Amino acid sequence: MRAFLAFTKKEWLELIRTGKCVLLLILFTLFGIMNPAIAKLTPWMMKMLSADLSDMGLILTETNVDALTSWAQFYKNIPMGLLLFLLLFGGILTTEYQRGTLVHMLTKSLKRWKVILAKAGVMVSAWTLCYWLCFGITYGYNQYFWDNRAAEHLLFAAFCTYLGGIWMISLLLLMSVIFTTSSGVLAATGGAALSFYLAGFIPKITEYLPVRLLGASGMLSGLETPNDYRYAVWITLCLSGAAVLLAVKLFNRK
Amino acid sequence: MDVLTLSHVSRSFGRHQAVKDLSFSVPEHSVYGFIGPNGAGKTTTMKLILGLLKMDGGEITVHGQTVRYGQNNTNQYIGYLPDVPEFYGFLTPLEYLRLCGEVTGIPKRELTSRSEELLELVGLKNSNKRIQGFSRGMKQRLGIAQALLNRPKLLICDEPTSALDPAGRKEILEILQSVRKYAAVLFSTHILTDVERICDEIAFLHKGTLAFRGTMEDIRTLRNGRGFQAEFHRKEDAEKFSDAFLGKQENDSLLVTCEGKTQEDMLRAMAYLAENQISPRRIEMLETTLEHLFMEVIGR
Repeated sequence: MRAFLAFTKKEWLELIRTGKCVLLLILFTLFGIMNPAIAKLTPWMMKMLSADLSDMGLILTETNVDALTSWAQFYKNIPMGLLLFLLLFGGILTTEYQRGTLVHMLTKSLKRWKVILAKAGVMVSAWTLCYWLCFGITYGYNQYFWDNRAAEHLLFAAFCTYLGGIWMISLLLLMSVIFTTSSGVLAATGGAALSFYLAGFIPKITEYLPVRLLGASGMLSGLETPNDYRYAVWITLCLSGAAVLLAVKLFNRK
Repeated sequence: MDVLTLSHVSRSFGRHQAVKDLSFSVPEHSVYGFIGPNGAGKTTTMKLILGLLKMDGGEITVHGQTVRYGQNNTNQYIGYLPDVPEFYGFLTPLEYLRLCGEVTGIPKRELTSRSEELLELVGLKNSNKRIQGFSRGMKQRLGIAQALLNRPKLLICDEPTSALDPAGRKEILEILQSVRKYAAVLFSTHILTDVERICDEIAFLHKGTLAFRGTMEDIRTLRNGRGFQAEFHRKEDAEKFSDAFLGKQENDSLLVTCEGKTQEDMLRAMAYLAENQISPRRIEMLETTLEHLFMEVIGR
């Protein structure tokens, strides 16, 4: 346990001292502020454009903005945040292979599964922190400007997208064990996600796929219910766990 | 007592035999030089000792225990320093040693005192900056400290000095020499002056076999009796001297080499020079340098 904690502490120190932690916090704070800001600015922008648009024959009527507009922005922006997050963590294992820093730890009888679990733990904690920070900021502004009651199943929808992020992180970890360069890891993670996305076009299986969770905003307007997402949630949980287990297994053999 | 014993160890990669019937032993608290040209099998031997490679035949014991491939029980007695050690650049040396200690399971109180003691030994005690700003020499020194953390009986260093400048090399050698009181040191190198400076015993490896093995004393005895050499101002002097002492005069030059002569012979030669009023430019014993031995061993 002490070895695990020591290694986890090292991972956190790495995040903090290499500046990644600050970068992530700034990024997700900005995302959090941007969502309501864009919603708030939309009517004004429309007004600015209305002169040009009426020249083209389009006549703008009153633009209505509420918390839902801001939440729609949130679900548009969070995949971008996740992408940046994954890019920052693309080298979490590969830089250790390339620099040979892990060898010292392993020859000092650090168990291999502790390495994987420590890395998984740090990524999940960082994602939790960043995601809910972004969510909290958007929520606060929305409450101040409009009313969050306009959005239904707000927390559950947010949880679904959060879980989608966890699944991508577990994929990244698995690919980090398989590939030795960070570009390979990122390409493989992207490829895996893309294939799930493409599979989502098949109507029969779409409700079972983890990628569905990344677009959980349909619940907010009441078009969908949490019940529509139950399979995807359970399957994502299982797949994420399986990916981490497989990563541990493969890493033991490496 | 010997910390490390190799007897009749062999290992081949495909058709290439990297190590052939290798036997030697390293006594406690000694510095053992492991010399050989690149590709002689030094690194392979070290990996065999660390149990990272499988032996084809023979036996290796560390601190009385037999080394088995894949099971690193014997590695608890060994500290290993790779040729270019890499560490987490965002940690300070003390933090790094603490991480290593916690991973290995050294009790907390002991860990603090031990880390400080080791950093003092390698001269990094007052270095509070992060490892990313370290020179190669400093990384090498930190490498020695981390290798000694769990009180090994044997410290194995793979070419610890080859990537360093002369000042850095001198520091590492001094540290290795002081490490002797904690553990025996086995280090590989192809820099011969390093060996002369600190080793008690050496083993010359060539094409996977032991070409020469002995103490530094043995080498010093080898040095005597290679003969002497004299250089003159005038050609006539050189000829006269050459005739009297059956020397070899190379291409009518002023240089005369008398091979196989002892120090007594040289004293007689000096008396002869004085009697005949010949003043040489210089006269000296020919020493078997390690380099000479090295060249002889590898047959060039």
